[in-house]
Amino acid sequence: MAKGIWVFAEQREGQVKKVSFELLSEGRKVADQLGEELCAVLVGKNVSGLTEAISAYGPDKIYVVDNDALENYTTDGYTNAVSDLVKKYEPSALLLGCTVTGRDLSAQVAQRLETGLMTDCTGMEVADGQLVFTRPIYAGKTIVKAACPEARPTMATIRPNTFAAVENAKQAEVISVESGAGDIRQVIKDIIRQVSERPELTEADIIVSGGRGMKGPENFKLLEDLADVVGAAVGASRAAVDAGWVSHSFQVGQTGKTVSPVLYIACGISGAIQHLAGMSSAKCIVAINKDEEANIFKVADYGIVGDLFEVVPILTEELKKVMA
Amino acid sequence: MKILVCLKQTFDTEAKITLDSNGKIESKGVSMIMNPYDEFAVEEALRIKEKGEGEVTVVSVGGQQTQDALRQALAMGADKAVLVDPGAGEMDEYSTATVLAKAIGGMEYDIILGGFRAVDDGSAQVVGRVAELLNIPVVNVITKLEIEGGNALATREVEGGSEVIEVALPAAFTAQKGLNEPRYPSMKGIMKAKKKPMDKKTLADVGLDESQIAAKVKALSFSLPEARQ
Ligand SMILES: Cc1cc2nc3c(=O)[nH]c(=O)nc-3n(C[C@H](O)[C@H](O)[C@H](O)COP(=O)(O)OP(=O)(O)OC[C@H]3O[C@@H](n4cnc5c(N)ncnc54)[C@H](O)[C@@H]3O)c2cc1C
Ligand SMILES: Cc1cc2nc3c(=O)[nH]c(=O)nc-3n(C[C@H](O)[C@H](O)[C@H](O)COP(=O)(O)OP(=O)(O)OC[C@H]3O[C@@H](n4cnc5c(N)ncnc54)[C@H](O)[C@@H]3O)c2cc1C
Repeated sequence: MAKGIWVFAEQREGQVKKVSFELLSEGRKVADQLGEELCAVLVGKNVSGLTEAISAYGPDKIYVVDNDALENYTTDGYTNAVSDLVKKYEPSALLLGCTVTGRDLSAQVAQRLETGLMTDCTGMEVADGQLVFTRPIYAGKTIVKAACPEARPTMATIRPNTFAAVENAKQAEVISVESGAGDIRQVIKDIIRQVSERPELTEADIIVSGGRGMKGPENFKLLEDLADVVGAAVGASRAAVDAGWVSHSFQVGQTGKTVSPVLYIACGISGAIQHLAGMSSAKCIVAINKDEEANIFKVADYGIVGDLFEVVPILTEELKKVMA
Repeated sequence: MKILVCLKQTFDTEAKITLDSNGKIESKGVSMIMNPYDEFAVEEALRIKEKGEGEVTVVSVGGQQTQDALRQALAMGADKAVLVDPGAGEMDEYSTATVLAKAIGGMEYDIILGGFRAVDDGSAQVVGRVAELLNIPVVNVITKLEIEGGNALATREVEGGSEVIEVALPAAFTAQKGLNEPRYPSMKGIMKAKKKPMDKKTLADVGLDESQIAAKVKALSFSLPEARQ
């Protein structure tokens, strides 16, 4: 019988993603409830040094696949490695962060193993002896609880910042597995890094977002200043993206990024349903808008009715003092 | 160049969601649109075709009203449409991908395009699953695609930047916003679309029965989110 809750420990350039620690922390709880072991899966090149950091979050075992061909993520390389591992050890569940890589990898592995996959989940629980996942669908207008009753492993990707990463050090058993990367059909020709000191939008704890109310690209500097004081990422509404003020990769919403930060500060954003679709799972929402009727105030925990060109600089100055 | 586009008809993004008496999502009376990401996919297919010789076929799994979304793609300039009606059984992404792959498996293709996710169920996995079933490589969330001979160079969005990936054709790609600006159908296009072929198939026509597409994932309950305090 399939046993073991597995967490894909996603690493990029020698750094394990925070969402993987979040999944191990929560995975520990469900593994204990189900009476199963918790295991991390680490794939890459020269990655064994990362097992210590992973151990801090409580897995019983860490499976490591170290292979030169797995230095950078490729769909085929990682699908081959992870699928082979799953076939060999037959875990009951495989959890991944809902990141670009987690999404890419999970779909391929799920199909190769002919199992079910619930993506972009915002909750996980044990009910009637099985794992049940919560997913917002239809732009967050509906919540579905779903499970994969028979096929194994049960697979799910979980939105970053859904669970807290809680240290819970254990002496994990490290198991190195010899596994090939197989035939890799995607050839990486170039990797382009956007040089930014700011955190990645989908992983950030705090996001400062601007909309049409920003009036022009030059004014995004105001948001960047605020963002840099609190270590936030900068986001935008589609109106700001379509106006060409910022690149589409900043867009939050139904046709942009789905984010789940601890704090979301919306500046000059009206709160259209398609924008809310991307950010309404934020833990705390602050809205700055000069129109007190704006829809964004319906979801905001704190609302400031005022001109953002006055409010944002004051906020930046005050936060500087607090952070100093 | 034979290009296939996987196209899903989705709920309009403005649609109000209600639950029916069985606690399932009520689809009656909801206006439906072409998944916005699939518009990027159709547009990209048309651009590739317009650079040389080619044929664009749009393929969808859905009920009879899905023809509207397919006609829209034909009006944009696609050459033909295939609709597979899967019947009324419970479906998940595994089921949908299985039907699509079976339908596509019997066709000629060099390039398969789709959206990276649908805006309603939004699982972002159907095209990847189809590629796996057809045993062709997939490149997801692309913002640029260049075809050269038998190869494709695709730029994909990753956290903190982008990657340029080369694959040999046939291959599948999923569109991210930024790939292109989709065109609107012209009046002439809309008229022409009425005469373009729409091949309607049943599950049996693609060689499947309901047991082969049984869902792996089961919905336990649907609910409407609580208003934020
Ligand atoms: C299929 C589809 C998909 C979409 N996907 C997305 C998506 O992913 N993301 C998204 O964001 N949108 C999306 N949209 C667009 C969405 O419907 C809205 O048009 C968009 O979100 C509006 O952006 P906005 O709030 O910046 O602009 P507006 O709605 O124009 O709001 C601007 C706000 O700024 C305020 N303001 C102006 N000046 C100031 C000032 N000086 N100080 C303070 N406040 C000020 C105004 O009061 C107003 O509330 C989508 C639409 C469709 C049809
Ligand atoms: C809990 C749950 C229960 C469900 N129950 C049912 C049910 O009982 N019956 C039912 O019919 N559906 C049901 N659905 C919906 C069904 O699972 C999805 O619509 C389907 O699997 C497509 O997945 P997706 O929308 O997430 O596509 P994504 O993977 O997000 O779509 C990505 C891309 O795949 C392609 N694609 C996706 N779907 C199609 C399609 N149908 N035709 C052509 N191309 C496509 C498009 O290119 C699209 O842009 C359910 C969904 C959930 C979440």
